[in-house]
Amino acid sequence: MSGKRSTFLISALVFGFAFLYVPILLVMIYSFNEGKLVTVWTGFSTKWYVSLFSNDGMIDAAWNSLRIGVMSATLALALGTPAGLVMSRFGRFKGRTLFSGMIAAPLVMPEVITGLSLLLLFVTLEQMVGWPAGRGISTITIAHTTFCAAYVAVVVQSRLSGMDTSVEEAAMDLGAKPAKIFFVITLPMILPALLAGWLLSFTLSLDDLVIASFVAGPGSTTLPMKVFSSVRLGVSPEINALATLIILAVSAMILISSLLILRSERNRSRAPSTEEA
Amino acid sequence: MTSDTPEKSLSLKQRFDRWMIKHGRVLVIGIPYIWLFLFFLVPFLIVLKISFAMAEYAQPPYSSLFDWIEEGVTVTLNFGNYLFLLSDSLYATAYLNSIRIAAISTVITLLIGYPMAYGIARARGSVRSILLMLVILPFWTSFLIRVYAWIGILDREGLINAFLLWTGIITEPLIMRQTEGAVFVGIVYTYLPFMILPLYSTLEKMDVSLIEAALDLGCKPWKAFLKVTLPLSMPGVLAGSLLVFIPSVGEFVIPELLGGPNTLMIGRTLWNEFFANRDWPIASAVAIAMLVFLVVPIMWFQHTQSKQEERQS
Repeated sequence: MSGKRSTFLISALVFGFAFLYVPILLVMIYSFNEGKLVTVWTGFSTKWYVSLFSNDGMIDAAWNSLRIGVMSATLALALGTPAGLVMSRFGRFKGRTLFSGMIAAPLVMPEVITGLSLLLLFVTLEQMVGWPAGRGISTITIAHTTFCAAYVAVVVQSRLSGMDTSVEEAAMDLGAKPAKIFFVITLPMILPALLAGWLLSFTLSLDDLVIASFVAGPGSTTLPMKVFSSVRLGVSPEINALATLIILAVSAMILISSLLILRSERNRSRAPSTEEA
Repeated sequence: MTSDTPEKSLSLKQRFDRWMIKHGRVLVIGIPYIWLFLFFLVPFLIVLKISFAMAEYAQPPYSSLFDWIEEGVTVTLNFGNYLFLLSDSLYATAYLNSIRIAAISTVITLLIGYPMAYGIARARGSVRSILLMLVILPFWTSFLIRVYAWIGILDREGLINAFLLWTGIITEPLIMRQTEGAVFVGIVYTYLPFMILPLYSTLEKMDVSLIEAALDLGCKPWKAFLKVTLPLSMPGVLAGSLLVFIPSVGEFVIPELLGGPNTLMIGRTLWNEFFANRDWPIASAVAIAMLVFLVVPIMWFQHTQSKQEERQS
């Protein structure tokens, strides 16, 4: 590689990563600013963290978001895993085109459309059958489950289609039942994909503002809705503190998971050599 | 315990197994099918229905299409909403604006993301995984927070203005936040990781010896890039561009928080019709129009693209 080109690449990387990280770092730094204005540094203080934790509305919203996130990620896993299995292993069946369309479409659907259509469904259902009576946590969970299930299905499908089917075929030849094959062979092999799918769904649910705003009811304000309504008016030091906490939590999670992946890879590469010895 | 208990449970288990073999397949297909049908497909039919209704001061705020009278059902279809979308230039402008803004942002993201992806793909092993992690990290942090970070930078009382005023380069604060430029910055910033990752994965798989061969045969580096690297990385360019273009074209949060009141985008228009004007039928008509003129072409394009890839491989 010529020297000129690598200088260009290095400066592109430096510029790019500065662009990605400087705004986040500024938010983190100013969360410790004593003053209310972003522009003036008046001294180090953790008072915005204290006021964040005494903000009941914010705490309630965070709690709502976590509950919705866990529930919809789990439900999305339960629905998306069979959907991914069907897409990659079940071959042709009646209505397959519609099925694959319903899995692919949520990924490209603008959030405003998904939100509006689900709200209108809930309103119509309420008029016709009396359920759901009013909107809240449960309607947000259903909405999030629906679009997260599509993401899980895609993750599971791509893992399954990249996987060797010989073990499954051998088990089938030896007379194992389909359900047993799935739980004993397929499931352990796609476990990392399931974990990734769950985490992706949880993050998407935790992050969603638009769909939740459509299908939320009174008393079911989620964290993004709360953040959005206060951010609309401009910079708020409490939001800076919240952002810092979120970024730290995510960084810690990513660091731990990548360390775990590294360790399991190292173990796997070491395993054959210990057998030989 | 009597001896027939296990036998009985065995027969129950056998019966269950037989039932599972017979119906298991239908069950595995059926459950996600019914869920997606009920919560994804049916809602669109309802949106379609309400787009033909009229706005009313009622709960819910639209007229019903079907009237049950003694002889049967009368259906009142109201095409007024669609005629209104055509007659008011606001909607066409918002639609075209969304496509323009998303397209320009995608090109800028590509121009920033390509050299970064290339640099990461050519880095040494350990550095490479750290750089990749640094690309993925913002993707997992809150989208809203990342857009918010730019408010503090671009605002009238923001950091750039404060700095420029302090240095004396300007005497009046610049208006940067509520402009279209701020929307570009916001989209490029939030979707950059979506561009880098697919580009990286095609560039990393690429055979470096092809470029070396081109250089050995006297090709200029710039020409080698255009003739060898770029064509080989086209699948990544396309995948990354779609991942940026698709979500940004229907974007609501970024134009709302960073754009000005005149930065019309179709997602924001729908939101305002629904929340500010409380006109559910018009909002539904906008949604149907978006579906027909935006989502269907995108899905068709993706479909033909994947067909083409299948044929090539």
